[in-house]
Amino acid sequence: MSTFDDPFDSERTLNRSGCSCGRHASVREHDDAARPALQTAAETEDRRFESVVASAVMRAVFPRDATRRAFLRTLGASTAFAAISQFFPLESATEMFAQAAAAPEKKDLKVGFIPITCATPIIMAHPMGFYAKHGLNVEVIKTAGWAVIRDKTLNKEYDAAHMLSPMPLAITLGVGSTAIPYTMPAVENINGQAITLAVKHKDKRDPASWKGFKFAVPFDYSMHNYLLRYYVAEHGIDPDSDIQIRAIPPPEMVANLRADNIDGFLAPDPVNQRAVYDGVGFIHVLSKEIWEGHPCCAFAASKEFVTSMPNTYAALLKAIIEATAFAHSSENRKQIAEAIAPANYLNQPVTVVEQVLTGTFADGLGNVRKVPDRIDFDPFPWESFAVWILTQMRRWGQIKSDVDYGSVARQVFLATDTSKLMREAGLTPPAATSKSFVVMGKPFDPEKPEDYVKSFAIRRV
Amino acid sequence: MVPSPTLRAAVLSAALFLAFVLLWQLGIQGGAPAQQMDPEYAKLMGVTATQGKSAMPGPLDVAAKLWEHLKNPFYDRGSNDKGLGIQLAYSIARVGIGYLLAVAVAIPIGFLIGMSPLINRALDPFIQVMKPISPLAWMPLALYTIKDSGLSAIFVIFICSLWPMLINTAFGVASVRREWLDVARTLEVGALRRAFTIILPAAAPTILTGMRISVGIAWLVIVAAEMLVGGTGIGYFVWNEWNNLSITNVITAILVIGLVGMVLDQMLARLTHLVTFPE
Repeated sequence: MSTFDDPFDSERTLNRSGCSCGRHASVREHDDAARPALQTAAETEDRRFESVVASAVMRAVFPRDATRRAFLRTLGASTAFAAISQFFPLESATEMFAQAAAAPEKKDLKVGFIPITCATPIIMAHPMGFYAKHGLNVEVIKTAGWAVIRDKTLNKEYDAAHMLSPMPLAITLGVGSTAIPYTMPAVENINGQAITLAVKHKDKRDPASWKGFKFAVPFDYSMHNYLLRYYVAEHGIDPDSDIQIRAIPPPEMVANLRADNIDGFLAPDPVNQRAVYDGVGFIHVLSKEIWEGHPCCAFAASKEFVTSMPNTYAALLKAIIEATAFAHSSENRKQIAEAIAPANYLNQPVTVVEQVLTGTFADGLGNVRKVPDRIDFDPFPWESFAVWILTQMRRWGQIKSDVDYGSVARQVFLATDTSKLMREAGLTPPAATSKSFVVMGKPFDPEKPEDYVKSFAIRRV
Repeated sequence: MVPSPTLRAAVLSAALFLAFVLLWQLGIQGGAPAQQMDPEYAKLMGVTATQGKSAMPGPLDVAAKLWEHLKNPFYDRGSNDKGLGIQLAYSIARVGIGYLLAVAVAIPIGFLIGMSPLINRALDPFIQVMKPISPLAWMPLALYTIKDSGLSAIFVIFICSLWPMLINTAFGVASVRREWLDVARTLEVGALRRAFTIILPAAAPTILTGMRISVGIAWLVIVAAEMLVGGTGIGYFVWNEWNNLSITNVITAILVIGLVGMVLDQMLARLTHLVTFPE
């Protein structure tokens, strides 16, 4: 379910694989059916914070979803709410979360972003006034590449930044940079990537025929790299020896595809749609067809920022959560596209951004496809996402030694908002919440990461 | 009457320019004919895909774009979208600071090297190793140690402008004619006075040649450095427009970069002219 849904509904799962209630074919259909309810639920922002906090608490109290649902079924939602409130003051926790912004320690902040649609909540919060609403004067600064955004954030030129979700993990572990404790309080988008191939490969839709192809991904430590490797490996192609994968900054990908330097890429949008728009590529698969609901980019900040400026951090995070909630509902997407397309932000034609956000798009092969959940926005940083990312880092040899998957995931993905709120309320932060999900038909059990790594035929360990 | 050589050269220049523009215009003409597409689909596609229009802009497009930028060079629409004039000012300021720092360091050290064969030999291996390093290779190291991207860009400018000036100064100082130094010694001129009244004027043309080479390199490097670091500057402008695959804007920026580079070079050329003396 989305973080914005009601956690006191026994009919819903708190996990987001497929439709949560099981009555609908897809999450989108389900959301459409539930929209009126959702709107009332998120009518005021207070209600929304309450539901975010309550969600976190319920997840924490009932790590196993089945238990929570059984609990709710036996007691009923209102009794359950009362019962939980008894030992966890939900209302005051919500208030605390809502009030924390009262006096940010620092008002002028710099947040770095890469011009891709994954950064939508971070970017749109600026022109649409979400930052200003929380008393922050945020400057959103376009940055040339992931390595630069990492260095500038480590240098403290940026207070927080848009990062790829594996990056905070890599930074914390010291893989590819010095080890600095990093946190990822919110995921920005789920889905929203695609494999794009050059138009000349129109007939090579079977990945088994891709031997010798040159692919581009945005960064070594990116979901794109892991998803592409996963995808081709499932089709029997060894990503290290049968094809070439290079890191190329997203803006340069279309130019490289046109120049025939690469055969395709797994990239964030608007790069895929831009390749179609310019007639140089076609969309082979959307990333949601590889893993429905995968995380991609993230809102990240150093642990130091979070602990030294808790109020600023809370205000910033709240602005982002609100922006994410706004971007989550499909009727706002057109408006968002217009706000973020100009040169100050993405610098792309509006129609390209609109096709990405609304999910009605040209696929480059002459068809108009309608996939409303091509990209979606949901801030909850599931720890099992982190565990999966770590298993892939291990699988492809980016992490050489054994790693304590659970503890790293907890440290980076959840150490902040939920734990902080719980600690403020005098509770010990509970054990991690995880969920299993399915990637290309293969289930992932976050409890057994090492077995998962070993289960792949093509791997570097 | 035969027109003066200057006029003839100007006419030839203009003719070459026209020929180039004409070829350019011809080169982008044509392309694939418009493709038959479902109108709903075509609406979602760009003109390059629907009308088979070349992605390369024509000279007229570039001229129009250039005019648009020149008309309003100082607009500021937020931190990531500033006018061409503001971007150029940022780049020139960075080059200026890095370059002046390099002058302040290179000329005294160059003097020292030129005057003392011992120091010359001692420093030579370092200079030989450092000189051929691409300034951009310093970038990651600078970002990591200086921890500030603006200063890193200035540092890169500093390090790339340093070597030509250092080497030229040393060479100029070392090759001051022996006779002049001997005369100075005969007249018992002090060391400091000798440096300022004899060596400096004698070596000035060589030193300024080094400075001229350096400013050219600095201007070359700033564009690349700003493309890497981003934020502000003409290099960032090029990167941002590349991001949008706007070749028209990229060509416009290239033209402007060339013009500014030429102005910088001419300024140093004038200075060199001032200190040159007939022998």
